[in-house]
Amino acid sequence: MAEAKTAPDTGAKPAAAGDNSVSLKTLYHDMLLIRRFEEKAGQLYGMGLIGGFCHLYIGQEAVVVGMNAAQKPGDQVITAYRDHGHMLACGMDPKFVMAELTGRQTGYSKGKGGSMHMFSAEKEFYGGHGIVGAQVPLGTGLAFANQYRNNGRVSITYFGDGASNQGQVYEAFNMAELWKLPVVYVIENNQYAMGTSVERSSAETHFYKRGSSFNIPGEQVDGMDVDAVREAGLKAIGWCRSGKGPIILEMKTYRYRGHSMSDPAKYRTREEVTAVREKRDPIDHLGQKLIAEKLASEDDLKAIDRDIRQVVNAAAEFATESPEPAEAELYTDVMA
Amino acid sequence: MPALSPTMEEGKLAKWLVKEGDTVKSGDILAEIETDKATMEFEAVDEGKIGKLLVAEGTEGVRVNQPIATMVGDSEDKSSPAATQKSAEAPAAPKRDAQKAVEAKPAPKVPKVEVAAALSDPEIPEGTEMVTMTVREALRDAMAEEMRRDDTVFLMGEEVAQYQGAYKVSQGLLEEFGARRVIDTPITEHGFAGLGVGAAFAGLRPIVEFMTWNFAMQAIDQIINSAGKTRYMSGGQMSSPIVFRGPNGPAARVGAQHSQDYSSWYAHVPGIKVIAPYFASDAKGLLKAAIRDPNPVIFLENEICYGRSFPVPKLDDFVLPIGKARVVKTGKDVTLVAHSICVGLILEAAEKLATEGINAELIDLRTLRPLDTATVLQSVRKTNRIVTVEQGWPICSIGSEIASVVALEAFDYLDAPPTKVTGKDVPMPYAANLEKLALPHVEDVIAAAKAVCYRD
Repeated sequence: MAEAKTAPDTGAKPAAAGDNSVSLKTLYHDMLLIRRFEEKAGQLYGMGLIGGFCHLYIGQEAVVVGMNAAQKPGDQVITAYRDHGHMLACGMDPKFVMAELTGRQTGYSKGKGGSMHMFSAEKEFYGGHGIVGAQVPLGTGLAFANQYRNNGRVSITYFGDGASNQGQVYEAFNMAELWKLPVVYVIENNQYAMGTSVERSSAETHFYKRGSSFNIPGEQVDGMDVDAVREAGLKAIGWCRSGKGPIILEMKTYRYRGHSMSDPAKYRTREEVTAVREKRDPIDHLGQKLIAEKLASEDDLKAIDRDIRQVVNAAAEFATESPEPAEAELYTDVMA
Repeated sequence: MPALSPTMEEGKLAKWLVKEGDTVKSGDILAEIETDKATMEFEAVDEGKIGKLLVAEGTEGVRVNQPIATMVGDSEDKSSPAATQKSAEAPAAPKRDAQKAVEAKPAPKVPKVEVAAALSDPEIPEGTEMVTMTVREALRDAMAEEMRRDDTVFLMGEEVAQYQGAYKVSQGLLEEFGARRVIDTPITEHGFAGLGVGAAFAGLRPIVEFMTWNFAMQAIDQIINSAGKTRYMSGGQMSSPIVFRGPNGPAARVGAQHSQDYSSWYAHVPGIKVIAPYFASDAKGLLKAAIRDPNPVIFLENEICYGRSFPVPKLDDFVLPIGKARVVKTGKDVTLVAHSICVGLILEAAEKLATEGINAELIDLRTLRPLDTATVLQSVRKTNRIVTVEQGWPICSIGSEIASVVALEAFDYLDAPPTKVTGKDVPMPYAANLEKLALPHVEDVIAAAKAVCYRD
């Protein structure tokens, strides 16, 4: 459709400000962009246009959007494989992200990475890692580089409640505190490690306490409230930037979809999911607040949604019309 | 019919949860679908009204992408395809030519270079003054020179700083460069290997020392999955300029868990380079090259060789090319190929073979990935016989790879089967006599060389 082609290039408004200045309306936009992008990704998966594993971020949007607003340009982000939201929050172009999901030449990794493996040196996004927990030492290494260069930057290292039980996480915690590295460990506790609930997997289910053996302070945050996330993020990033070392933020959040597209999610009841969607949805919650506080009208919110749908549709169109990588790409980028 | 798993081709429409005329919004569950793996709920993506249900409940074998219902979309959002309506029109994922064979590489051209004279290196200018030093000192000097040259280079590992190195390779570095750049880590291989790779992503050039490569098995995920694959997975955007180094292979009487040769393990992996020198000059020139290389480099040293002394060129900046083997001694009767400590074995074997009238050509591989097969093939085409020598296990060994290359590309030149001398196919025993039996010795090399020459 013609409308889609006139849509702006990118719907992402990288709202990294490092303070409270980003408007709630912008945060609403950024969360909704992720929601609509992920819904579209799920749709394209269903149409066979996205292959392999595809882990959707729906439900957790407030975490990355709130953290991103608390960051300053130059701060680095690294996460695992549920990474589409992190990329959009960093300001990466939805077109190129979607094109990577469809395995096309125009994708961020020329179609060679896929959903779980995308990077943007320009946006300081360091992946996109498929091995549970591996990004934690890597993100700690980014913080090491910041300290080595004394550049005042902070590494925002995301991982889930599942990764929190990997040994290398604690190896990283130990070095980070020992050397006072500037890293915020954001534990996205969406309450299920694939199909295993935290109660069935974790002896200590309060993940913000997981740094206590290393004297790393931690805080539990309502990860469904983007404003609360931003406030906590500002404090935590400030802590790191002032040279006090690492800090942990446990974000209590929830994923609405299965672990990946092929997960029927039978380990929890439909009622449980519905209850969270109806009572705690981060986007609905903020939308109601914007209207109640007269920061936006219903029409404003509808307009935001309409614009985002255009951006997302344009991204999907771009991603399905772009060519697959040339066969010669098989052998490129193996070595520098 | 949506594809709900990577392997699904058709599914059963188990249950409709909406009926015609229902209004649905994004996230509402439309149907239950049985895939090849599980029963899944299928959600609406867009808001709209259910038009017609095209597939009845209970229908089996519905092909992926077959329309199962129509939706009447929101009038102001026609550009957005309804989940089920448009799927039939969507282009099928382009067929991949997975089975299309990759064209075999042409046989590498053999350069017409003069075979180097014994113990000379074409990379070292003639008349260069040589100084004698141990491999240990050569490695230390290489690191010190590169650290003086580039502030982004730093060394980290267990006992590298205050202790001066578990094998004293980093002696004096803490004093010269300070604790910012020579960093003692906790005993935490998986952690500090990953931390090093992250620092490399950010543009630093870490040298990560493993006290021995045996301990690096704890870290192999970070070495291969994070360091080795990121450049490819990022479409060339992000590199890992990092060196992982330390002693490899059996030491002496330390048992199975501390005596293992990882040469072929790492040589197997695309995205990394693997270096395994023997001489001090190669240790120095290649470690300097490894530190400057923009790729992850595995640098396999040998504990027993650390104390051996060799001439090293006295040059301000002696850097050797990675990926080139060296003809250590020319000969005509048989090619003996080795790397790391086994170069010592073939040198010794060649001396004894000479007394029996067999003139062996000796090749030090120096780099295992990329493997310099051209130099090996050139030699085999001359001698018509080849014996490879290594401490690693025989299955999928470096020798196995060389035998394969030689058989493929120099088959008509061979007068005898390519022969491997390797460690025995057992975990390393502790008992002195058994350990001796498990390792290759000069006598084994001599016997193999004589066998391919059809001599007793």
